[in-house]
Amino acid sequence: MWSLFLRDIRLSIRAGGGALIGVIFFLAVIATIPFGVGPDLNLLARIGPAILWIAALLACLLGLDRLFQADREDGSLDLLALNGDRHMLALTVLTKCLAHWTGSVLPLVVAAPLLGLFMNMEPLGIGATALTLLVGTPAITFIGAAGAAVAVALPRGGLLISVLVLPLTIPVLIFGVSASYGAVADPAPFLQPFLILAALTLFLAVLGPLAAALALRHGTD
Amino acid sequence: MRLIAENLGGERGGETVFSNIGFALDKGEALIVTGPNGAGKSTLLRIVAGLLPAAQGKVRFEHGGEAFPTVASASHYLGHLNAMKTALSVEENLGFWRAFQGEPGLGVEEALETVALGGLGHLPFGYLSTGQRRRASIAKLLVSRRPVWLLDEPTAGLDKASEERFAGLMKAHLRGGGIVVAATHLPLGLEGAKVLGMGN
Repeated sequence: MWSLFLRDIRLSIRAGGGALIGVIFFLAVIATIPFGVGPDLNLLARIGPAILWIAALLACLLGLDRLFQADREDGSLDLLALNGDRHMLALTVLTKCLAHWTGSVLPLVVAAPLLGLFMNMEPLGIGATALTLLVGTPAITFIGAAGAAVAVALPRGGLLISVLVLPLTIPVLIFGVSASYGAVADPAPFLQPFLILAALTLFLAVLGPLAAALALRHGTD
Repeated sequence: MRLIAENLGGERGGETVFSNIGFALDKGEALIVTGPNGAGKSTLLRIVAGLLPAAQGKVRFEHGGEAFPTVASASHYLGHLNAMKTALSVEENLGFWRAFQGEPGLGVEEALETVALGGLGHLPFGYLSTGQRRRASIAKLLVSRRPVWLLDEPTAGLDKASEERFAGLMKAHLRGGGIVVAATHLPLGLEGAKVLGMGN
């Protein structure tokens, strides 16, 4: 499993891996928001966490279509499935998700504090948003894996995956943003939505790979 | 060790491609599957590997011991596609499959020399020619041990010398108590192999 993780990380940073596409998209969205909204610093600070979360969510969905498709096109997916008795397919999927998250989504979390400055957010808010992104974005990858597995045989499945997955990621977005606000706006709680966010990630870490493995098993041809 | 297929039937897209196919292979036996295009050779191999559900019948693997309890766990599958990443070097590709598939066999360097690709391991897989890619893919059969080799057109793209070398590898595998099931149009140079002709 470790070898699969390392291979996917290597692939994501080599030529054509696309690890940086998400970060660049994230940067582009956040950098254009102040131009569109205007130089109202209070307004920017207020919508900052939500904008960071929405941009991160969309950036997460960008690279998902290649999660299994690349392996299917070169025949690797057959061999991963063939080894299902040694490595349960759901665990293989979980490993691929973790590698995808580390390679493509973790850079977003790292870039988020810097981009928070663009939104005139205070340090506490930036810290809270980065923390909720760190805890919440794996859930998006796990749901996305199920969508990617369903659409694995479709040559241009990227948009379909986004449409399939987006409604399911709404709870993650809601609790992520409300925890980020809770850290700065006084009456709103931070801990409760944050814990629900963590629970969502743990729950989807089981459900997403299981669903994806089922879809892959039935999608072979 | 024994690979048994009983009454196998296969379908693609709801159409029956073949039905009532059966064979039993003991240690050291090979089966060559022949037939015209569309006869279902590849489908048969995929069903045997468990990558496609059988429309009827079943495949069993007996006396595999603890290491190889099922057909899938006992099989190498070499399909049309090479299952290698073009962005990674040949060594990285083989090293990954060796670590992932378990039951390590030959070392990566040794396996590459067996298929006459010694010294090319550092090249990205995408830089190799078609025949060299096929040979690297054949080296994948050697880096982890599996008693059953399921080969789908294994010699496609190979030159004469490589074909002979590959025939030697298959014979060595059979002598070591392995089982080979190969779908092919071309003679593979395996004497005494059983032949299964699939026709429309």
